[in-house]
Amino acid sequence: MTTNTSDVFAPSAPLQPGARAPEFSLFAAPGQKVTLTELEGPVVLIFYPADWSPVCSDELSMFESANSLFSDRGAQLLGIAVDSVWSHVAFKADRRLNFPLLADFHPKGEVARSYGVYRDQDGVTERALFVLDAEHDVAWSHVSPIGISPGVDGALRAVEALS
Amino acid sequence: MNSNRAQLVEPVGPDDHVEGPADAAITLVEYGDYQCPYCGQAYAIVKKLQSDFGSSLRLVFRNMPLTNVHPQAELAAETAEAVALQGKFWPMHDVLFENQRDLSATALLRYAEEVGANASEVASALSDGVVRKRVKDDVESGIRSGVNGTPTFFVNGERYDASWDYESFRDYLKDVLEQS
Repeated sequence: MTTNTSDVFAPSAPLQPGARAPEFSLFAAPGQKVTLTELEGPVVLIFYPADWSPVCSDELSMFESANSLFSDRGAQLLGIAVDSVWSHVAFKADRRLNFPLLADFHPKGEVARSYGVYRDQDGVTERALFVLDAEHDVAWSHVSPIGISPGVDGALRAVEALS
Repeated sequence: MNSNRAQLVEPVGPDDHVEGPADAAITLVEYGDYQCPYCGQAYAIVKKLQSDFGSSLRLVFRNMPLTNVHPQAELAAETAEAVALQGKFWPMHDVLFENQRDLSATALLRYAEEVGANASEVASALSDGVVRKRVKDDVESGIRSGVNGTPTFFVNGERYDASWDYESFRDYLKDVLEQS
């Protein structure tokens, strides 16, 4: 029996505004975890497929350029991908990013699954953005085509709409 | 217009660097970074498009230095803006993209002199912060418009997400021109 692989996997179903943001505690560096419940204020989750890919680098560089616009509103940026913490450490240093990159590495993609943005067909996360309000409910979410960097404008507008 | 695509939030205005007539059918806004190799490739392609489309195309350049990956891009952008205060933006823009391999501070001032700018006036514009604000404003308008990397192009106010290789871009702009 043959099955078209595109039929096997359910499309991503990202959590929608109003949903409670699932908790997580992930390594940002060896021995250093970031736990959602310990963060105060709005949070922007940037799920991206892979360290080192050109589109992801552009996307994260744009968020780095916009970092002060988010921090002015008290919002914290967090990148999340399934790469290991060691890859994240090297990638973050190479691209000189000043926000944490979290390793959704073990069990692989568990946090992405809980947000509805894991791609079973290729084992990476969607290119997805979530804005969580200060109570850590989802205020806005967006999934981009995997090959297109989304830009920062949507997440920034969503953060600015919180206050 | 396809409303799913990001839209330019800051319309082209009197402070912009513009090449081409105000009534051109196509306005191409580029957000670019002088140290970005892709922007260097795009520079040659945009030149060809300007030659192909002549007075039907108006080009606007705005700054989007990605300073985390391109440490010399900010000073290059500020220097171009300082030279622009002396009315020589486009020659400087061209010289920078043609000399991306050397964007050191000394080289930037040398290029400024080569295009006919007064280097000491450039240096004082750099130190007084005016041009830094100009670049920062460009970056913020780009961020709010959905710039998603460098270069990012907007065609008549709408982000262009397809390939900007010469043939693809030319064919797209031909269609825009025919529909105008």
